[in-house]
Amino acid sequence: MIRDITIGQYYPTNSMIHRLDPRFKIIGTFIYILSLFLVKHFYGYLIALLFIGVVIGISKVPLKFILRGLRAIFIIIILTVTLNIFFTSGDTPLITIGRVVITQEGLYTAAFMAARLIMLIIGSSLLTLTTSPIQLTDGIEKLLKPLSRIKVPAHEIAMMMTIALRFIPILLEETDKIMKAQMARGADFDTGGLIKKAKNMVPLLVPLFISAFRRADDLALAMEARCYRGGEGRTRMKELRYKRRDTVAFGVTVVYVAILVLV
Amino acid sequence: MSIELKNINYSYSIGTPFEKKALNNINLKIHTGEFVGLIGHTGSGKSTLIQHFNGLIKPSSGQVFLNKKDIYLDKKKLKEVRQKVGLVFQYPEHQLFEMSVYKDIAFGPHNLGLAEDEIKQRVKEALDIVGLDQALTEQSPFELSGGQKRRVAIAGVLAMQPEILILDEPTAGLDPRGRDEILTRIAHLHKQLGITVILVSHSMEDIAKYVHRLLVMDKGEIKLDGTPKEVFSKVEELEAMGLAVPQITYLMKALKEVGLDIDENIIDLKQAYHEISKVLSE
Repeated sequence: MIRDITIGQYYPTNSMIHRLDPRFKIIGTFIYILSLFLVKHFYGYLIALLFIGVVIGISKVPLKFILRGLRAIFIIIILTVTLNIFFTSGDTPLITIGRVVITQEGLYTAAFMAARLIMLIIGSSLLTLTTSPIQLTDGIEKLLKPLSRIKVPAHEIAMMMTIALRFIPILLEETDKIMKAQMARGADFDTGGLIKKAKNMVPLLVPLFISAFRRADDLALAMEARCYRGGEGRTRMKELRYKRRDTVAFGVTVVYVAILVLV
Repeated sequence: MSIELKNINYSYSIGTPFEKKALNNINLKIHTGEFVGLIGHTGSGKSTLIQHFNGLIKPSSGQVFLNKKDIYLDKKKLKEVRQKVGLVFQYPEHQLFEMSVYKDIAFGPHNLGLAEDEIKQRVKEALDIVGLDQALTEQSPFELSGGQKRRVAIAGVLAMQPEILILDEPTAGLDPRGRDEILTRIAHLHKQLGITVILVSHSMEDIAKYVHRLLVMDKGEIKLDGTPKEVFSKVEELEAMGLAVPQITYLMKALKEVGLDIDENIIDLKQAYHEISKVLSE
């Protein structure tokens, strides 16, 4: 199950999309997400689908990988569709079972919402699939920089994100290890009711918390030992620079939005 | 109790770009009462291999037999398999979680559904085996020293009374004294109770001193299998895999090279002492 979540996962390969400036990719994703809410008609989604399809094609990320991310939100999609089918009022009833009326408008809205959700997830997972966590946080830090004038701690936020992202795989690995160690002592994590299951988690959670605190302590010490004192005056090894391809990509995005609005 | 692995293959993250073959067609038989050493460079597949012995990792293909019975035939029996095959992970003290030493060691026996009297008896025995004071039982395991924590964790596995004991680098990060003590106790356990022991280690000296049979892994395959003496005679092969032979063997080879008429295939200190004094007195 944990492996199904592709949001936040990075797919390492070398493509045009991967090489784009992370700042543009973040803004571009926002524009794309907003554009999905501008769509008033199904044709709009066809254009959006074409656009994201081309981007996926250029990015060299296998479609299978992207679709796997949808599995995690499958339940949400089903829920949205069901709610919309049964609770949208309209003038053209198709099926009537007792007091339940399914209308043409209901079906239409359901399909519309499902399409929007799916495209939303595909778009945002494409951002993390093509941008390494380091690049992503670099981009966020740079984008938040102007806000530091009104006391938004841009560097601190970015640093926290970097550390949090860095720790996800480590903690997953640790969970796996402790789980196995307890299973070797006969622990059972799969069977039993809800309360029993929760109780069975104690042998996993206690060591996990202890190890997370230990790691945090070690990391803080290691950072201080290397004279880390926050963002002030810090330089970086890889400076972000807009290149021509970013301008081109920006142009393409503008054209896409323009078409979407005009159609 | 014997373990047999037949045509075991295992890959991590199948179907993703991170797919990696960890074990490649492993065939292996471990007999009752053996003391087996397992060495290999980091990432050679040792840890993956030992987790196959008690069904913690299911092989991508191949079969695991415990006493000639396929352990995956009846999934409900996996718990039984894990009782018979005790596995002590690397840094086992990281898995401690209970309020008291007693409760932590009793965790395994509790999961087996044993009666309270039996559990009490087992905890007492396990503490004796690892050489911990019975007075520690009511203390929190987190207040103990590193070496003591390690022993509590090992006792937690021993309290399940496994017939096969697998230890993944049980002495990593311990001082020389703590290391010797733990290994001596494990050797004692093997001798007294006839438990089959599989020891994963990075220390060639420890391996030479304790084990009777030595397996060498490289790139997910078992490359060498024999007595420590046989294996350690293949210096070039071992070095090509990023491994080494015991220090004392290097010394004997050096002595031979400068012209001493000496047996160079010696792997422990005592034998070396005898051999050198014999040659010198001639």
